[in-house]
Amino acid sequence: MEGLLTPEPGLVIWSGLTFLVVLALLTKFAWKPLLGMLKEREDEISSSLQKAKEAKQEYQRLEAQKNQILAESRAERDAIIKEARAKVDAMIEDAKARSQQEADKLIEQARAQIEREKAGAIDDLKRQVATLSVQIAGKLIETNLNTDNGQEALIEKYLQESNFN
Amino acid sequence: MSRIVILLTAIAMSLQTTNLFAQTEQTPADEQEKFNVVETISHHISDSHHWNVLAWDGGKKSIDIPLPVMAYNTQTGDFLFTLSSSFDDGKTLQKNGVTYALDHHDKLLADGSRHNVFDFSLTRNVASGLMTSVILLLVFCGAARSIRKNGGIPKGAAGAAEYLMVFVKDIADEQIGKEKGARFTPFLLTLFFFIWFNNLVGLLPFFPGSSNLSGNIAFTGILAVFTFLVTHIFANKHYWIETFTVPNVPGIMKLIMIPLEILTMFIRPFTLLVRLFANITGGHIIVISLFSLIFILNTIGIAPVSVLLGLLVFTLELIFGALQAYIFTVLSALYISLAVNASAEE
Repeated sequence: MEGLLTPEPGLVIWSGLTFLVVLALLTKFAWKPLLGMLKEREDEISSSLQKAKEAKQEYQRLEAQKNQILAESRAERDAIIKEARAKVDAMIEDAKARSQQEADKLIEQARAQIEREKAGAIDDLKRQVATLSVQIAGKLIETNLNTDNGQEALIEKYLQESNFN
Repeated sequence: MSRIVILLTAIAMSLQTTNLFAQTEQTPADEQEKFNVVETISHHISDSHHWNVLAWDGGKKSIDIPLPVMAYNTQTGDFLFTLSSSFDDGKTLQKNGVTYALDHHDKLLADGSRHNVFDFSLTRNVASGLMTSVILLLVFCGAARSIRKNGGIPKGAAGAAEYLMVFVKDIADEQIGKEKGARFTPFLLTLFFFIWFNNLVGLLPFFPGSSNLSGNIAFTGILAVFTFLVTHIFANKHYWIETFTVPNVPGIMKLIMIPLEILTMFIRPFTLLVRLFANITGGHIIVISLFSLIFILNTIGIAPVSVLLGLLVFTLELIFGALQAYIFTVLSALYISLAVNASAEE
């Protein structure tokens, strides 16, 4: 068993050399690519997770935005409807007022016309009544009231005196 | 551990099993020679200049893969490049007037002395390590290619390979920190899988496994040296200040603490070296010892006990193979972390 504890220099050299060559070859052709691909995969997984998280956040943001837009448009619609209704009401009010005014005016005009017609008629009536009365009175008194001038003057005199109001 | 398979086969074929192992040594071929368990174990756990595939007929016949023998003769200044098969039956070789020989521990001698020669042969352990490295490269480069082809998604076996890699990468991340750890991850990954795969190959009881590279002190030693170098090349200034001044220790205690701190620098990688070496070699020794019981007691009656206990220990060794690789890696990461993340203390 002697020699078991004494390292053979030849074997030391060969073992060392083999190890170094294996180290170099494995590093170049196995460890670097394997570790590289491992790192790549790790990065890809973490970036995918990150992306998924971001996509979720983006989705939530869009969802919120959508809801906001919906709420806004709903509010706008309500406002438009309200406005339109107000306008319609106003127009109806306006039309009503105007037609009322028109009607009032027409009534007023009609009333004035009637008033005028009435005054004319009364005037005419008074005239005829006066003429008749004077004729009757002339016949009755048979004075020189046959002349037209005398009649007229008398009628005027009576008209002045008699106030129909 | 190829021996174990040979043993079991031999038992099945004949009951003449007494001297199976001793035959492989340079001992006289005595029919009734006593089974030498120490030689058997020693032969298994130490290095060899040829790679045994199969042996039968009491080890007299065997299929061996010859391995390159490379050495520098320190006396003549010559280089020796040959194959282990070119050594003759007496395991000697004449070249340039020098007699090279392989002794019964399979150590290379020149003119009868092992000190005359610097042996850097491609031995069984080296060959086993190279084979393991090829497997390691195929597994992880294949996994990387497969995952790339699938657009970065691991499928099937590549997923398993990636899972193991992430397991070790997490050691670096936890011990050193995610930022600083990235620099040391390739080193720690290679460390873990290099040790683990070599442990597993060492546990294979037949060719091309059964060598004991990860239980060899040269192997564990050089890995510990690498950990030491990485630790101290990347150590920050606080680590050095702490080691050489021990700031928060009162005056006279510094005299004791500073040498201790400096010793600690070397003790740490030394414990790595010893732990891996002792665990793996110990495991191999236990398994072979259990099977050797059959031949020590010279009866097949003990075989069920040997097989059952051997199976149990073998299973434990499978776990220890991974555990020791894990411990070596975690402690290396810890030592690196201590050096890299040292901060000024008040």
